[in-house]
Amino acid sequence: MALLSTNGLTAFYGDFQALYGISSEISEGETVAIIGANGAGKTTYLSALAGLRAAGRSMIEFDGSQIGGEKPARILSLGIAMVPEGRRLFPSLSVEENLLVGNYGRKAKGPWSLEAVYRLFPILRERRRQNSSSLSGGQQQMVAVGRALMSNPRLLLCDEISLGLAPSVVKDIYAAIASIRASGASVIVVEQNINQALEVADRVYCFLEGRVTLEGSPVNLTMNQIRSAYFGG
Amino acid sequence: MIWVDTIVQGIMLGGLYALFATGLSLIFGIMRLVNLAHGDFMVLGAFAVLVGVESLGLGIIASAILAGAFMFVLGYALQHLLLNRTLGKDLLPPLLVTFGLSIIIQNGLLEGFSADTQRLKAGGFEEVSVQFGAISVGAMPILTFCSAVVVILLLNWLFYRTETGRAFRATSDDPVTAQLMGIDNNRIFSLAMALAMVVVAIAGLYLGARATFDPLIGPSRLIFAFEAVIIGGLGSLWGTLAGGVVLGLAQAIGAQVNPEWQTLAGHIVFLAVLIVKPRGLFPRTAG
Repeated sequence: MALLSTNGLTAFYGDFQALYGISSEISEGETVAIIGANGAGKTTYLSALAGLRAAGRSMIEFDGSQIGGEKPARILSLGIAMVPEGRRLFPSLSVEENLLVGNYGRKAKGPWSLEAVYRLFPILRERRRQNSSSLSGGQQQMVAVGRALMSNPRLLLCDEISLGLAPSVVKDIYAAIASIRASGASVIVVEQNINQALEVADRVYCFLEGRVTLEGSPVNLTMNQIRSAYFGG
Repeated sequence: MIWVDTIVQGIMLGGLYALFATGLSLIFGIMRLVNLAHGDFMVLGAFAVLVGVESLGLGIIASAILAGAFMFVLGYALQHLLLNRTLGKDLLPPLLVTFGLSIIIQNGLLEGFSADTQRLKAGGFEEVSVQFGAISVGAMPILTFCSAVVVILLLNWLFYRTETGRAFRATSDDPVTAQLMGIDNNRIFSLAMALAMVVVAIAGLYLGARATFDPLIGPSRLIFAFEAVIIGGLGSLWGTLAGGVVLGLAQAIGAQVNPEWQTLAGHIVFLAVLIVKPRGLFPRTAG
């Protein structure tokens, strides 16, 4: 059975419809990538899963219960954590405080703790007393990922975690995603970088203008299929 | 010697203004809410203590504790049921609503307690003074100042050493992302208002014990609170204490020069700070 599924998920910004009935699912331990051009609805999709956007109750199902439209705090407590686009660290909190605040709403037993996050990203241990705004972009992204892990999520949502980072740093971040998968969590990554997405994911959904245009396992998809799903036509 | 005495009195008076200002600073810092009813809440706190002393026959300390508990509950309920609905991008709705609250509180108190001036009697403690060499300082001003320091120490401990404090700061930085950490903004805001109201009750206690009060003096005390917050710089409680002390000193020195200049001197120093350092003397640097 799927850990999380969406059934005809729609989303609106005022009169503008951003999602036209997205149906998708992710199993326990699976990593799914969402690819698509700017404005395809990827971030809106993740925001709806995290409770930041309104959704009909039955449109999102997690672990057998309908959670569409629940408050973000409730969704986190069920075990869905998000690494938001642009990292969104708390500027007046130190690195360690940013990590610690990550489990405010969910204190679940599991593989992740402050110590485990520092083992995953050793540089953060050195920087733990620093203000989070004094870190490099890559280090900030590590804090954002670590902060989400602190709640020991069953499902981790990652929004554009490679955006604006140097290729070597992107490699480090995605190496961490591999460790996170190994710890048993399911992961949804939203990516503009298609190669990165295909490399990490068990399955890929391609979005175009608020609809799913392609779904499948990277090994079964051809570049041509992806290209036409990505750009349309 | 008279000037040393003036300066000491000014600093002590600053402790009172810091107490007035701390609740205001706290609320603005966490939820960007400018509480125009802050002064009236202090007066309400003073009346709550008065009820404990005169109607329930309690001692002043027991009354103050009871008033603190009452204001905590009132603050939580007010934020939860009313003020949370006014928060958003627009700063105007909370201003209008708290302005309305100010009028409601003033008239409610007039209705319940009449316009008579009141005073909290601290059992002769008001008369006690301590001799430091040639200077004599009232025990009440010293206690006020120490209370301000203790309140700020406790609040700083809460903000920087506890999980709830982290949640306050995270919500203040970025309320949307804070929700992703499982922080319920409305609950955090309600808790912050409840805490601020306890500080307001303490401020009300000293307001009523050091001078007379009546239902309509809130707004004039609100001005002093605003001035202390702005002089000190937003976002730092120690800055608020410093702001209170600067204001207290200005008033004491002004009064020494000419008794009519007490309030005026405070306002002038406030304006001078606004011109020279618009962000206050000790603004929060980060973020």
